[in-house]
Amino acid sequence: MAMRSLISERVSCRSSVLGARWMSSWWRNVEPAPKDPILGVTEAFLADPSPDKVNVGVGAYRDDNGKPVVLECVREAERRIAGTANMEYLPMGGSVKMVEETLKLAYGDNSEFIKDKRIAAVQSLSGTGACRLFADFQKRFHPDSQIYIPVPTWSNHHNIWRDAHVTQRTFHYYHPGTKGLDFAALMDDIKNAPNGSFFLLHACAHNPTGVDPSEEQWKEISYQIKAKGHFPFFDMAYQGFASGDPERDAKAIRIFLKDGHLLGLAQSYAKNMGLYGQRVGCLSVLCEDEKQAVAVKSQLQQLARPMYSNPPVHGALIVSTILGDAELKKLWLKEVQGMADRIIGMRTALRENLEELGSPLSWKHITNQIGMFCYSGLTPEQVDRLTNEYHIYMTRNGRISMAGVTTGNVGFLANAVHEVTKST
Amino acid sequence: MSSGGHGSATDRRLNALFRHLSSSARMDPQQLNSIAASPTSANQNDSVFSHVVRAPEDPILGVTVAYNKDPSQVKLNLGVGAYRTEEGKPLVLNVVRKAEQQLVNDRSRVKEYLPIVGLAEFNKLSAKLILGADSPAIRENRVTTVQCLSGTGSLRVGAEFLARHYHQRTIYIPQPTWGNHPKVFTLAGLSVKSYRYYDPATRGLNFQGLLEDLGSAPAGAIVLLHACAHNPTGVDPTLQQWERIRQLMRSKGLLPFFDSAYQGFASGSLDSDAQSVRMFVADGGECFIAQSYAKNLGLYGERVGALSIVCKTADVAGRVESQVKLVIRPMYSNPPIHGASIVAAILRDRGLFNEWTFELKAMADRIISMRQKLFDALRARGTPGDWSHIIKQIGMFTFTGLNPQQVAFMTKDYHIYMTSDGRISMAGLSSKTVPHLADAIHAAVTRVS
Repeated sequence: MAMRSLISERVSCRSSVLGARWMSSWWRNVEPAPKDPILGVTEAFLADPSPDKVNVGVGAYRDDNGKPVVLECVREAERRIAGTANMEYLPMGGSVKMVEETLKLAYGDNSEFIKDKRIAAVQSLSGTGACRLFADFQKRFHPDSQIYIPVPTWSNHHNIWRDAHVTQRTFHYYHPGTKGLDFAALMDDIKNAPNGSFFLLHACAHNPTGVDPSEEQWKEISYQIKAKGHFPFFDMAYQGFASGDPERDAKAIRIFLKDGHLLGLAQSYAKNMGLYGQRVGCLSVLCEDEKQAVAVKSQLQQLARPMYSNPPVHGALIVSTILGDAELKKLWLKEVQGMADRIIGMRTALRENLEELGSPLSWKHITNQIGMFCYSGLTPEQVDRLTNEYHIYMTRNGRISMAGVTTGNVGFLANAVHEVTKST
Repeated sequence: MSSGGHGSATDRRLNALFRHLSSSARMDPQQLNSIAASPTSANQNDSVFSHVVRAPEDPILGVTVAYNKDPSQVKLNLGVGAYRTEEGKPLVLNVVRKAEQQLVNDRSRVKEYLPIVGLAEFNKLSAKLILGADSPAIRENRVTTVQCLSGTGSLRVGAEFLARHYHQRTIYIPQPTWGNHPKVFTLAGLSVKSYRYYDPATRGLNFQGLLEDLGSAPAGAIVLLHACAHNPTGVDPTLQQWERIRQLMRSKGLLPFFDSAYQGFASGSLDSDAQSVRMFVADGGECFIAQSYAKNLGLYGERVGALSIVCKTADVAGRVESQVKLVIRPMYSNPPIHGASIVAAILRDRGLFNEWTFELKAMADRIISMRQKLFDALRARGTPGDWSHIIKQIGMFTFTGLNPQQVAFMTKDYHIYMTSDGRISMAGLSSKTVPHLADAIHAAVTRVS
């Protein structure tokens, strides 16, 4: 105690003696960073005092009362886990059980690749973490390669590959005229990219457009990518959430696997299991053989270790508890179907409402698009009007999170959209 | 024949077959080596990652891997620093179990995304824990605290921020230090140098060497400091030595980056173990602090920690925080909610907090008693050498002074698993296993040089 006061006395004398040099901040020149375009929307929404405000910004599922949902299968899994598990470190590659179950979802329950141990896979920090680990891996082992990113895409994709110092290019994807896929331009871009480029593909429920290639189109894309020796990297954040059926939503991946691609894949449980804040996901890379898979996995771990050492255990335990139990898995599939169905129902309702209001525009794309998001076609100025005049919050690219639409607000939303677009 | 594959394994196989066939049928040599597999044939083709070689095992985590493979009944895992009870079992603290139950029973809780900077309440409470509830830096809003993935994540995020925004890209780390430190800083974009720290002759602090090396560092360089219970040596500066280090660093404008992984675990007192950090903050200067709850709350696998950046002004702290968010978003978007919720539940509740301090002291006391037992056991065996460092060093680890050959011998003949630098985790010992370890050390010291 005496030592402490002695020290602080001497410290306060010293501070004036040592002078002004270290009195100024090292961070004077740090600029305030721009707000994240997506997460900033929710911040603004929360700050709005209006009782009628509507949040169709961030892609987190809401029930028909606009409330966040914890799936029953998750509650049950948590009940079983609480008080039983210890919290020891997972291995660097994460929970083996969780990874096994996750690979089955994507590659198929009876996948030969799983049997032959050809998949290098590690638990990751949700989809973001999986993409980042892959980007770092790509940089380390193909330092001169480029990643082709669709236009548009989830904005954080650009940040991820940029922070991994991988050169970025873009490829055509969304056609603003049709509000659908710009297939011809997409195929041209694949053909014109230098052989051996890396392509980022959304496996299903493209974010932010909701526009997915058809099965036939996927087959052609797969063929062309193979012909050019490109590397396909899939980001699958919505398996089960798009059609309601996880097997169906994995169609693109299965096509590519059948065509012999040695693909990479990021999987996330944020949406389809509602585990957003738990940060659970998986990164996998299909290799030529078991030996190579072991090598690749070890290198992925080398990248994870200096980032966070090993991934969080809780979310992984929830996933493996659910997927490892036949009853809980059945319940999960039912709940996923329920979420997807509600969203599909809201798409129909929004479109019908707009048509009934006599909108001069076509709103077919609302029901053509799939998954959590609708690329409305609204301009940034129209979006601003929606926010300022109607307290409706969405990202300025006109992306509407259908998960935020309810029977309670769909009429209000349709009316507001109609008001800001009717003179278009 | 289609274009496409350029020399893939499949192509080579096909071409070999074609050559074989063509040599007997005397076909046009021009056609040799021109066959390629159809692009969409399901044959295996070359992976773009076929040049990737298998990485070596992590030196620390690899010890547990080797331990798990060993069938011996007397094997002992003194590798990774995870606390074990007298019975050799992992421990989940009572307060953690209580907090968990609270969380499970609270139906209003949801698992939505946390903000990029994590759970706000957790951040506030973590800052208070390390800086003290009465810290002027907190009162003046000069501290930005962001939830990160345990100590590793806090170090990495802090280092990435420094690599982008700080004028000095060199960090000085003590010799030796936790094996993962150099990789964390290098991957973040900093260059790593070291300063003398451990003196093998005394098995204590090389204070002169430390002062000289920090004294000759370029002005503004970043310096990594272990807040308490230095890993791997267990050798900490005294408070007077800390004061001299502080003066030297402030006079040269060196930026302190504290790694606080053992607060409460070293001496048993949360406040005592935070003295070094608080000393630096008290002088009004800036610093970085990486906090981990892995050991002191036993939350290892939940990956809970916090990065605090103490700045000169509130305005600076705000701007710094906004830039730290840009580091985090492309790494993992936002941190995991579960562990932080447990910590917040404990820190905010006076009863749970007090109960925690008792459990923490019990863990620290058990380790201190293991130190004493091991020291006594070596003395009883007349093991050559001065083993007083075992009781002088502090925290989870003892730097025995054993060399890699002696360590290898102990693993082979006595099934003792530890890192090759001679570091043992005291947390892995019990009264029952101390004799076996003492026998092993005795044998190693007398038979292996």
